[in-house]
Amino acid sequence: MKYLDEYRDAEAAKRLATSIEQLVTQPWSLMEVCGGQTHSILRFGIDALLPKSVTLLHGPGCPVCVTPLEVLDLSIALASRPEVIFCSFGDMLRVPGSSSDLLRVKAAGGDVRVVYSPLDAVAIARQHPTRQVVFLAVGFETTAPANAMAVYQASREGLQNFSIVASHVLVPPAMEAILSSPQCRVNGFLAAGHVCTIMGLEEYHPISARYRVPIVAAGFEPLDLLEGIYLCLKQLEEGRAEVENQYSRAVSAAGNAAAVKLIREVFEVIPRKWRGIGEIPQSGLGLRPAYEAFDAQKKFSLPLQSVEEPKECISGLILQGIKKPNECEAFGKRCHPENPLGATMVSSEGACAAYYRYRLHAAEST
Amino acid sequence: MTEKNFTLSCPTPNTQFETIQLAHGGGGRLSQRLLEQVIFRELKSSSERHDGALLSFPAGRLAFTTDSYVIKPRFFPGGDIGKLAVYGTVNDLAMCGATPRFLSVGLILEEGLPIEELSRILRSMQRAAEEAQIELVTGDTKVVDRGKGDGIFINTSGIGTVPEGVDIRPGRVQEGDAIVLSGDIGRHGVAILSVREGLQFESPIESDCAPLHTMVASLLEAGISLHCLRDLTRGGLAAALYEISRDARVSMEVEEAKIPVSEPVHAACELLGLDPLYVANEGRMILILPQNEAERALSVLRAHPFGQQATQIGRTTPKQEAPVLLQNRFGGTRLLDLPLGEQLPRIC
Repeated sequence: MKYLDEYRDAEAAKRLATSIEQLVTQPWSLMEVCGGQTHSILRFGIDALLPKSVTLLHGPGCPVCVTPLEVLDLSIALASRPEVIFCSFGDMLRVPGSSSDLLRVKAAGGDVRVVYSPLDAVAIARQHPTRQVVFLAVGFETTAPANAMAVYQASREGLQNFSIVASHVLVPPAMEAILSSPQCRVNGFLAAGHVCTIMGLEEYHPISARYRVPIVAAGFEPLDLLEGIYLCLKQLEEGRAEVENQYSRAVSAAGNAAAVKLIREVFEVIPRKWRGIGEIPQSGLGLRPAYEAFDAQKKFSLPLQSVEEPKECISGLILQGIKKPNECEAFGKRCHPENPLGATMVSSEGACAAYYRYRLHAAEST
Repeated sequence: MTEKNFTLSCPTPNTQFETIQLAHGGGGRLSQRLLEQVIFRELKSSSERHDGALLSFPAGRLAFTTDSYVIKPRFFPGGDIGKLAVYGTVNDLAMCGATPRFLSVGLILEEGLPIEELSRILRSMQRAAEEAQIELVTGDTKVVDRGKGDGIFINTSGIGTVPEGVDIRPGRVQEGDAIVLSGDIGRHGVAILSVREGLQFESPIESDCAPLHTMVASLLEAGISLHCLRDLTRGGLAAALYEISRDARVSMEVEEAKIPVSEPVHAACELLGLDPLYVANEGRMILILPQNEAERALSVLRAHPFGQQATQIGRTTPKQEAPVLLQNRFGGTRLLDLPLGEQLPRIC
């Protein structure tokens, strides 16, 4: 497949792996921020190509994982209402709230639909003027423009039966939270390529400078990841800490101005709770007062009820790169995709789920 | 009705319906009419009408299987629910090494199903049965209230005869056997998804829906010893490998680079965040057979229209903790596990 196979070339990957081997003189720990990158690393076995002294830590960039239980419970309550058509991206359906999940709500008669774009949810609202259409707007900066566009369009058309459960999160504040933790093990970051496509690279310069960490915007294919790792390690070996762009075919330093403008029109930056990590200041997007009418929580006057996570779950430590999934006592035993104890096991892009899927057989040996 | 043509006479009920009515399943005259004018017209059966079919058999072993078909949409590129219902059961018989002989058809129709659609589906079943040389011998039709079914559900059961000396089942799999795949994977699942979700691709992807029994027959005629066969359906290649490995008490190692996936299916899977190894098929199988028979089996398969891309993808190994290991292009391995449920498209 064009634009894909060339980034999966096994020979080129081996050459890059050799260059990395020759470059490294001491142990380093790198964190790939995005869940899509984690998935790719495990699917293609990228970590196995690296020298033993290089450790990959898996970051918090899985929107499904970090969506707090409170938001899931709110969504489940909304989806259970007879007047509501509840629309969501596919992978949120199976994520358990504190007592149920959206698939169970659907089985019990709730009108829960999978959409590929929030604009599809707006179209459903147009087609069903007597029903209330609610879209579960989760994700990082990557999904924010489309979600903003949905609200913007609904507002322009005066659609009164469309609203969203907004649970957007932002990458740079999470990186700062990780770096400022006393237990931080991260020496350098592979920034999430598609987040940078939207936002550009500007916001990473202050982080790189303040914490003296290299930050390399990287893609998702095996060669992207290996090249990103190489660039990051090269900076570390040379004592540099800069922002670099491996993923230049999709990322420009300025980002996508039109998309950013739309996000700013509809959303404002607010504090946000991350599942497994807790509240991070200035780390989320909420609807601006001008678009309050599209906030499902306000529209249906439902409270967010705070819920305790199982004590045994160490997903907070995993999301911050302090522990690896196979270092958890419950991993693969009491905690597995059918019965996830916490954030990182619930989505296929969560680090624990990816380990379970691709690595269970190696759990004892690594 | 306007006042002008209002009459006090008791009108005869209109019995020419364009859609299925509850009364079509009531056992009365409308039921008879549906049978006579639609079902028996489309589905040809040589059996005398009776409560059951009386069948003559040669001595030997029989294979017997049943499957229900609930697919949405009912028509998709490369097939429809009727064709699927015949080939699915024919393929299950073929996987036992059996020659398909007799088929039963149970129809559950939802009130409101257009009769024209029913006719098309039945016509397609008849064509598929002729192609697979399986005889329709008995059937049943029921109608459920609107909203209680998805247009049409079909159950088919099949009986086949197993030739003397043929013994194909997981228990016969040995360590060191070759694992052969009969063609490229993922077409059916992607074809269904593209219609269901209104996705359009540059080159339309057709379901691989096809009968596999003639391919199996040619292998048996060539005297090739087959240990186990499995058609790939829901859960895709990964689920088929996993199930055989579990039932045969061996492990398996397969090479990702050797598994054929067509360009459009590959592209669609990338776009939707699906893994082609887990996507459904309806006309592909895996064969597990002694390694020294693999070359001959491949040449027989490749001479068949449904097996041109047949290739060996791996081997069985002594039983270990991981049932199926997939070796990727970079030399790393990953576990092929049973999928939890249906694959769900990802956020980003």
